[in-house]
Amino acid sequence: MNQRPLSPHLGVYKFTYTMTLSILHRITGVASSVGFLVFAWWLMALASGPNSYETAMRYLSSPLGKLLLVGFTFSFVYHFCNGIRHMVWDTGRGLERAQARRSGWFVIVAALVLTALLVWIGCAAIAPPAGGS
Amino acid sequence: MSLRTPLGKVLGRGSAGDGTSHWWVQRVTAIALIPLTLWFVISILGKSLHHYAAMVAWIGQPWVAVFTILLAITLSWHSWLGVQVVIEDYVHGKGGKTVLLLLSTFLHFAAAVAAIFAVLILARS
Repeated sequence: MNQRPLSPHLGVYKFTYTMTLSILHRITGVASSVGFLVFAWWLMALASGPNSYETAMRYLSSPLGKLLLVGFTFSFVYHFCNGIRHMVWDTGRGLERAQARRSGWFVIVAALVLTALLVWIGCAAIAPPAGGS
Repeated sequence: MSLRTPLGKVLGRGSAGDGTSHWWVQRVTAIALIPLTLWFVISILGKSLHHYAAMVAWIGQPWVAVFTILLAITLSWHSWLGVQVVIEDYVHGKGGKTVLLLLSTFLHFAAAVAAIFAVLILARS
């Protein structure tokens, strides 16, 4: 194997939280891709009839299903907010270190607040009907 | 002296032959996804997801079906480009990289076609 050092040398940089935000954009992007596969599967279950839809909803409203949905929600919301941050950078704005750090904090807070809000509202949307029908 | 042909200079495409189109389409789909996902998330949160007939009736409406299909195509396209870059950056073996890129492409096309087909069925029922 080639033993020569590879660039970039990530280890030589002092850690900053904006690095974490950067890699989180990719991680949440890949997680959202898995979420898209679940979305397509859910649509197919809906198109396949009441029985397959009921089975799909049973999986989604199980404890593991709910945990995954919360994960997908956070991933999507973070990727959405940070994606807008990236597109503002693409216009050449907000690239100063202080600005990038401030927008980073804004994205973290916005993602957490929006995730909490969506999960809270989503609980009502995914709750089984009270009378059971 | 440049070895590039005049046509090559004008087209401005690199050695891969596609220039900035990957980067650009990633942005175009990202912009389209802002209203599409906002619309879908806000709409679906107002529904009772366990109510099968109501969900079928909602997605089956012509404009809802059209925008759900647009959402599926744009999500799949954006996701396909993004996952491609992640695989290219982090998977170093040539064989593994090729297999994963193929798998990602097949999965994205299959999921997009499944979503579109499902919405078309719902629109006809």
